[in-house]
Amino acid sequence: MKQVFKRPDSLKDVPFRFCPGCSHGTLHRMVAQAIDELGVREKTIGIAPVGCAVFAYDYFNFDVLEVAHGRPPAACTGMKRAMPDRLIFSYQGDGDLAAIGMSEIIHAANRGENFTVIFVNNATYGMTGGQMAPTTLVGQKTTTTPKGRAVHGEGYPIRVSEMLATLETPYYIERTAMDCAKNVIKTRNAIKKAFTYQMDGRGFTFVEVLSICPVNWGMTPLEAMDWCGGPMKEYFPVGVFKDEGKRVV
Amino acid sequence: MSGRQVLMKGNEAIAEGAVAAGCRYFFGYPITPQNEIPEYMSRRLPEVGGVFVQSESEVAAINMVFGASACGVRAMTSSSSPGISLKQEGISYLAGAELPALIVNIQRGGPGLGNISASQGDYFQATKGGGHGDYRMLVYAPSNVQEAYDLVIKAFDKADEYRTPVMVLGDGILGQTMEPLVLRKPKARRFDKGWALTGCEGRAPNVVKSLFMGEGELERMNLLRQKKYDRMRAREVMCEEYMAEDAELAVVAFGTAGRIAKAAVRLARERGIKAGLIRPVTLFPFPDRVVQKAAKTASRFLVVEMNTGQMVEDVRLAVDAARPVGFYGRPGGGVPTPAELLKVFGRELRKI
Ligand SMILES: Cc1ncc(C[n+]2csc(CCOP(=O)(O)OP(=O)(O)O)c2C)c(N)n1
Ligand code: SF4
Repeated sequence: MKQVFKRPDSLKDVPFRFCPGCSHGTLHRMVAQAIDELGVREKTIGIAPVGCAVFAYDYFNFDVLEVAHGRPPAACTGMKRAMPDRLIFSYQGDGDLAAIGMSEIIHAANRGENFTVIFVNNATYGMTGGQMAPTTLVGQKTTTTPKGRAVHGEGYPIRVSEMLATLETPYYIERTAMDCAKNVIKTRNAIKKAFTYQMDGRGFTFVEVLSICPVNWGMTPLEAMDWCGGPMKEYFPVGVFKDEGKRVV
Repeated sequence: MSGRQVLMKGNEAIAEGAVAAGCRYFFGYPITPQNEIPEYMSRRLPEVGGVFVQSESEVAAINMVFGASACGVRAMTSSSSPGISLKQEGISYLAGAELPALIVNIQRGGPGLGNISASQGDYFQATKGGGHGDYRMLVYAPSNVQEAYDLVIKAFDKADEYRTPVMVLGDGILGQTMEPLVLRKPKARRFDKGWALTGCEGRAPNVVKSLFMGEGELERMNLLRQKKYDRMRAREVMCEEYMAEDAELAVVAFGTAGRIAKAAVRLARERGIKAGLIRPVTLFPFPDRVVQKAAKTASRFLVVEMNTGQMVEDVRLAVDAARPVGFYGRPGGGVPTPAELLKVFGRELRKI
């Protein structure tokens, strides 16, 4: 009998411990599948961020480095400069990347560092209990914006992909969403494309993934998927913001 | 370049020492008075197939070192006091993940932006764990250009041997002084880096991390690390003693202050004053035993520092009230002269 579904080699044989419905588990699997499909598991070094994905090394079946909050793009820079022929990626939440680590991501992108960033935008700080993130939507209630995020004093959510796309150097920037099965596959394909570009030495690649955090959004997983596909996507449109590989020379 | 004598600034000697030690990765952000280190590395490293990156901040620089070191290569960063403050989080993570690295601090005056004059205001920060958590790191305090070069070479070996961040603590005078220097080609010591992240070809995946959430796990880790620090205390102490055997006044000073104090001791001896010098070369581990030995013969200690009194606390701990310990300090960029110290020696001796 032909096996149609199996655990990717790049994932260890352990159950995920994320909350029910959380995007992190599915996204870990998509990353693992992309790596399997490219056959580079033994050449891969991943970064575990500070956030709900900190235990990435419990799940990923390849080398993993855990890095201080917000600093993965700097650590990836050091790693990639030391090991240019390895597949190196960081996996970061929106607090990690767009608040405390905004400087590191912009400068790594601007230097055109040849690694991949997977940016998990779930509009909140999952691990610390649902506080406001730089990507929290206007009006969205969090534990530190009990009346909803106000523009006056808290500003608008930051569109990181669009911002990075203003830089000349990045090679590939795409935003995808985890709001339905079809888009999960699109996410995997975007990650695979980014990894392929990296292995070809093309430069900085970035995939922003709109993700769900049902627990901290106070929603069921299904409601959360709808919210991700609705208001979130409305403010953070999915699509390709930069793809130098597509440019006609 | 081996065996050749050259004229170099302390900062350049530190950079060249790192290259001699096989360091091929430098990450740093400009700050006076250490700019010659990154500038030298930006020219020198590409010549030997290495990589120089001017980072966007000291925070980024130390994390670039963290990433490179996790791959098993020799990596370093350098800065001066305000920048070293920013690196503290990263140093704590290096200690927590047990990654080797060299951090050079060419101290300037503080607190705050302070000034760009030489200072020793960062002794506490360097030796008492400037970052969070219960860690130590080896700290070397060179007092001249040759010693800076030699200690940098040693620092890389010790960092690998103990899997620890190591600091070379200098100051603006050491960094800027030009002196003759004999270059050498150190014997390459090989260290097993089976823990390094290189891709898991032919082995189980490696993880480098500092989070230990299991029941009792972090306590065990910290006790294990404590054993490592005890090994450093037992084996790595370095200290220069100058005319200390018969000294009535034991002067304790490190780095640039140590060098000046040595000149002052020489002057004192010419005048028949029985002063001697203890110059800690490692600040962690601190040479307690040397100080305790001196307490048996000297009737008084004098600690001289270019700050308001930091190492003096370690001297007092070591002396353990067996002898009086005086202090003379010049903070905020003040540098004592040998003649000035000679007068202080006289004052101290009159107290005997
Ligand atoms: C320097 C520092 N500041 C704060 C924290 C606490 N902290 C841990 S995770 C986190 C935010 C995580 O949010 P995000 O990056 O969006 O990831 P998520 O948990 O949502 O996946 C914070 C603030 C920390 N560990 N280190
Ligand atoms: S808190 Fe949110 S992001 Fe974290 S595991 Fe739970 S659902 Fe996922």
